[in-house]
Amino acid sequence: MSKEQMDGAQALIKTLDELGIEYIFGYSGGAAIPIFDALETVKTKMKFILVRHEQGAVHMADGYARATGKPAAVLVTSGPGAGNTVTGLMTAMMDSVPMIVISGQTVTWMLGKDAFQEADIFGITIPVVKHNYLVKDSDSLPRIAREAYHIATTGRPGPVLIDIPKDISQGPFKGDMNAPINLPGYDPSDAFRIDPTTITEAIALIANAKRPVILAGQGAMISRADKELRFLAETLQAPVTSTLLGKGVFPETHPLSLGMLGMHGTAYANKAMIECDLLINVGSRFDDRIIGQPSKFCKDAKIIHIDIDPAEAGKMIRPDVMIVGDAKAALAGINERITPLETSEWLTRLDGYKKKFPLSYKKQGGLRMQQVIDELYELTKGEAIVSTDVGQHQMWAAQFYKNNESYHWLSSGGAGTMGFGFPAAIGAQLAHPKKTVISISGDGGFQMTLFELATAQIHRLPIKIVVLNNHYLGMVRQWQELFFENRESGVDLIGNPDFCKLAAAYGIPSVHIKRPADVTRQLEKALAYNDGPILIHAECVKTENVFPMIPAGAALEDMITEAPKQKMAKPVGST
Amino acid sequence: MSHNPVTTEVPPVQRRGALHTLSILVNNEPGVLMRICQVFSRRGFNIDSLVVSEGRNPNFSRMTIGISGDSQGLNQIIMQVGKLIDVIHCFEHTSDNSVTKEMILIKIQCSPGDRSMALQISEHFNGKTVDLTPTSMIVMITGDSPKIDAAVGMFSQFNIIETVRTGKVVMARGEQPT
Repeated sequence: MSKEQMDGAQALIKTLDELGIEYIFGYSGGAAIPIFDALETVKTKMKFILVRHEQGAVHMADGYARATGKPAAVLVTSGPGAGNTVTGLMTAMMDSVPMIVISGQTVTWMLGKDAFQEADIFGITIPVVKHNYLVKDSDSLPRIAREAYHIATTGRPGPVLIDIPKDISQGPFKGDMNAPINLPGYDPSDAFRIDPTTITEAIALIANAKRPVILAGQGAMISRADKELRFLAETLQAPVTSTLLGKGVFPETHPLSLGMLGMHGTAYANKAMIECDLLINVGSRFDDRIIGQPSKFCKDAKIIHIDIDPAEAGKMIRPDVMIVGDAKAALAGINERITPLETSEWLTRLDGYKKKFPLSYKKQGGLRMQQVIDELYELTKGEAIVSTDVGQHQMWAAQFYKNNESYHWLSSGGAGTMGFGFPAAIGAQLAHPKKTVISISGDGGFQMTLFELATAQIHRLPIKIVVLNNHYLGMVRQWQELFFENRESGVDLIGNPDFCKLAAAYGIPSVHIKRPADVTRQLEKALAYNDGPILIHAECVKTENVFPMIPAGAALEDMITEAPKQKMAKPVGST
Repeated sequence: MSHNPVTTEVPPVQRRGALHTLSILVNNEPGVLMRICQVFSRRGFNIDSLVVSEGRNPNFSRMTIGISGDSQGLNQIIMQVGKLIDVIHCFEHTSDNSVTKEMILIKIQCSPGDRSMALQISEHFNGKTVDLTPTSMIVMITGDSPKIDAAVGMFSQFNIIETVRTGKVVMARGEQPT
């Protein structure tokens, strides 16, 4: 294709292909027609996936990125199309997930004049993206696409939106396809120039520690510091707990693993936080689900905080040593100079807690979500890529599906976006066609994006779609039971469809689990089916609660491991 | 909206926390101000004054923001502003290491009999008369904020029709760039 013949949209699509974008998830519409046309006229290796709702597209790109570390693109039209991406952008932004979202826009001379399907998506999305563009010049499209990719994937990753007016996408391209990026205010290589004095200070704190704990966050995963993290833990003989998003960066079956910490984390992980004398935070932003009451968090411990984002320094917790930089580079610097610590007494104490407060559930008196997840874990040997939605099932999945590898756990942490899990699994399965991908949702969240059953079925994606149905918005119901004198309000999902019939309407087979005794057989059947998606409908007991639990805003000491006998005070924390 | 002149019967300014001056060098692009204002408003900081103008290099703009609030929270905000892609840098300046100036236009009701008194006050503050009618006068004064406040205080013996302040601009002392 000669340069003269190209329009802006074609230059854009060509650039995305050159950048190595593998998938574009999207939904067409008037203002985006020139860009969709370029998908037909430009020969690329990229594959376009037509979704059923723009939110699904963004979550698919998100799931793809969480399963690979690489960004995918999203292509939507103006106005409502772009508006429907906002929740997905927020979800990706909160969890530092790279992606490029391209939205069509009305023609430039109609901007700000209430044109049909016009929305100021540039203004709307500023708080939920790492950066965004409203393109005013067709010739700038390749540069902007490359900048977007660079911004999305480097430093602390995040979503970037490019809003393209129709006259810009269909206008002639006369520019330079290789125009260099121009970002004078952005230098991610800063992350590799770590202040050596902070490393020295960290080494000194580590050398004096008797009861160290390592907190592994998603930052460790993003910087691919798995090996360095393991070396640090094994050399120091320090136990490792992970955040919800850090699951897998340190093997959860490792003897030094304490599993997930925080509001619904393991009792032993939270006890370790209370009793440690040194906390090494590798790439976690001290989310409020972890720290509870900030003033009481790890108050007897020295704290080392490694984060690539300087704005995380002291945001929630003031560390004794702040190492600003890439986690892998920081750990490499630390690992060079550490010597083993004598921690056997500390590990014995924590093993005692593991024995005293194990994660457990009942197999009598009805089917529990935990059992379905636990058996999925056993049957897949913990090797599947698991996506979750948000709520009780998410916390049980985090507790019972142990992850031993990075990029195998896809869950909306910061945003807590219901409807995330199933489309995210579609993105992950497209990225890894040969791997077992399990989507675990509750009946509430699944119904928020279930229309993507069509997308999964068309592409014959062998996703195991698990719907754990308790006919309730269970997590809110749990709060109402514990803190609001069991006054149920807005949580009873009367009128749920028959999920198996629903799957059948899309041509998707299903299994139905009602009793604890059925679980193994039905899951084996579902896991053996790989000709396309299969839905696993598990009807679970209605009023089970997730424990352990630290009420929002309470100190870690206030953790409860079983249903309290007395009425509890309303939580002071956020949600 | 009424077009009657509003007099200067204003209560003393209630500041929340200490005064801070930030100098931010940004890409000269539409929407940058919006990005920065969102960081401040989200954290409940009110912008007291704001001056934006193109830099010597037209690719960049200089923003000087006067703000009041607790220092710890502000440090966080400076870092959050600093990480915006369109922000080249964001520095806080104190009176020790920088000069801060602003300009005010004061419009007073002034009969010929009051004029010499008004001119005397203006002269004291190195002011300049930029508009004069038989019944009114506009005086322009530049200086640091306390000087401007003092000038407004002195002119209050007249009927002040209105005042317009530019907001402060700041520059680092010595060879240090701002």
